[in-house]
Amino acid sequence: MHIVACIKQVPDPSQARIDRETGLVIREGVDKIINPYDLHALEEAVRIKEARGGKVTALSMGPRAAEQVLRDAVAMGADQGILLSDRRFAGADTLATSYTLARAIAKLGDVDLVICGKQAVDGDTAQVGPGIAANLDLPHITQVRKIRELTDSKLVAEKLTDRGYEVVEVSLPAVITVVKELNEPRIPGLRGMMRAKKAEIPVWGPEDIEAEADRIGLKGSPTQVWRTFEPERHRKGEMLEGTPEEQAAALWQRLRAL
Amino acid sequence: MDYFLTEEQQMIKELAARIADEKIKPVAAELDEKEEFPWELMRILGEADLFAVWVPEEYGGLGGGVFEQVLVVEELSRACSGVSVSYAASALGSFPIIMFGTEEQKQRYLPDIASGKRLAAFALTEANAGSDVSGIATTAVLDGDEYVLNGTKQWITNGGEADIYTVIAVTDKEKGPRGYSAFIVEKGTPGLSFGKKEKKLGIRASATREVIFDNCRIPKENLLGREGQGFIIAMKTFDKTRPGVAAQAVGIAQGALDEAVKYARERVQFGQPISSFQGIQFMLADMATQIEAARALVYSVARWIDSGAKDVSQAAAMAKVFASDVAMKVTVDAVQILGGYGYMREYPVEKMMRDAKITQIYEGTNQIQRSIIALDLIKKAAKKK
Repeated sequence: MHIVACIKQVPDPSQARIDRETGLVIREGVDKIINPYDLHALEEAVRIKEARGGKVTALSMGPRAAEQVLRDAVAMGADQGILLSDRRFAGADTLATSYTLARAIAKLGDVDLVICGKQAVDGDTAQVGPGIAANLDLPHITQVRKIRELTDSKLVAEKLTDRGYEVVEVSLPAVITVVKELNEPRIPGLRGMMRAKKAEIPVWGPEDIEAEADRIGLKGSPTQVWRTFEPERHRKGEMLEGTPEEQAAALWQRLRAL
Repeated sequence: MDYFLTEEQQMIKELAARIADEKIKPVAAELDEKEEFPWELMRILGEADLFAVWVPEEYGGLGGGVFEQVLVVEELSRACSGVSVSYAASALGSFPIIMFGTEEQKQRYLPDIASGKRLAAFALTEANAGSDVSGIATTAVLDGDEYVLNGTKQWITNGGEADIYTVIAVTDKEKGPRGYSAFIVEKGTPGLSFGKKEKKLGIRASATREVIFDNCRIPKENLLGREGQGFIIAMKTFDKTRPGVAAQAVGIAQGALDEAVKYARERVQFGQPISSFQGIQFMLADMATQIEAARALVYSVARWIDSGAKDVSQAAAMAKVFASDVAMKVTVDAVQILGGYGYMREYPVEKMMRDAKITQIYEGTNQIQRSIIALDLIKKAAKKK
């Protein structure tokens, strides 16, 4: 089974700041880490490989420096890491990113399962996973908290919802996006770290994945951020006075009035 | 300070530090309170390949030596030395096999030790054989193709938890310590059993038990080295592992200093953080200086041993005695700096103070270490004449 884990290099959220003027995340001078949800995607991919055999490819799009997250992925057990990096990829929104990653996965060819984190902690859109599925015309399940069953042809998973979970079955190949409840990512061992240090990380450009020029990077990105702001908080508390009985009665009145 | 570690050594140190901070620190107080053996952490250390660092590459290891093991033990000890000693005891149990084992013995036992699948332990101490090793009463008698072991070992770290035991027993009573031999005994061998888990002052996450041999029959191939080599095997083993105890002491002391500095900056009295008081500053400065001196000594000795040097007993003893005395002093001072809070179990320094004490006692008391150092001095001076 060939599993692709899509991973993104993001600014460490504990250090992240937003530029008030431009509304963009300040990326300079901030430590870069693997998007935390993607660690769970990678961990699951490696666990599936360990249990069933096969191989894991970690895939990332980003600047050359993003090579580091692919090395981290190899240290955790991925067999190879591929970096999509080219000036023409820059400025991509979720539409262009989904297209680009999907092209790379199509290029890999024999992929059975694509696993993404449910969202990245910098953009927080949760669109790229489903976007990849749409581009590849594959079924997908978002917010997977547990894989119940996996065979060569199908996957049954528990999908986290606001009220509980749903059990969803898809045929393979498929795309899933995963939540933190799925697993606990491992700390890479010394052997993995040594392998990662020596690993070759191929860099692919638009030609390598046969991408259409107007569907990648800024050109392929219709989304424009108009403004970002912190929402004002409207909620305020009110203390009800009196004996417990009086408070209960007052609360009842209020609720009825709604 | 930069100790010019190789890239690989740096990697080992950082990985051990990460596990210490992310996995051990959060559970250290609970493990201490419950006196629970840290199996989950042993599994994590195994998956991280940290049991492999001192094992030769031919036997599933990474081919490092005493220094690599020292780096790991130091980092783990910052978080919990009950955990680090359980790790280090596997090194103590396996060094005799690495140094004196036959090819078959190495092939059979070392890969599982390197992967962390099986823990090792070293069984020397008995009720009447502590600092004076000549009191050993456990016997091994050759009977056909088997040795039959009888006797009771005491205070064995990893006792009951480990799968592989290196045991020192008497094969020839007439010869005293020259009549000792070393054996490998596997858990599950009929006649091998374990006593109750001891209640200790510190390192309470670690398991300390009696290891009891009652007509325990082992194949004669399990003899390590030759008959009569047991004493020398034990001494050569300690030469390799005493820097590990010293590293444990350095780690405990560093952990205590870190807590003391953090607390001193946060704690406000008389309208200012207590770190602004010279009385506290001087204590912190002395603690830091002593720790750095201990670390420098331990690292130097470990590297010297790994270079293949012979006659390292004196240096190994110096590292152990100095670092453990530093750990005791520094942890007592850390408790003092934290004051009443330091005495409370909600803060980690009282545990560090309890944990530090054992480093002055085990693998040869500090009095025995000083004897080793002094005898070496006198012996060398006598030779010069």
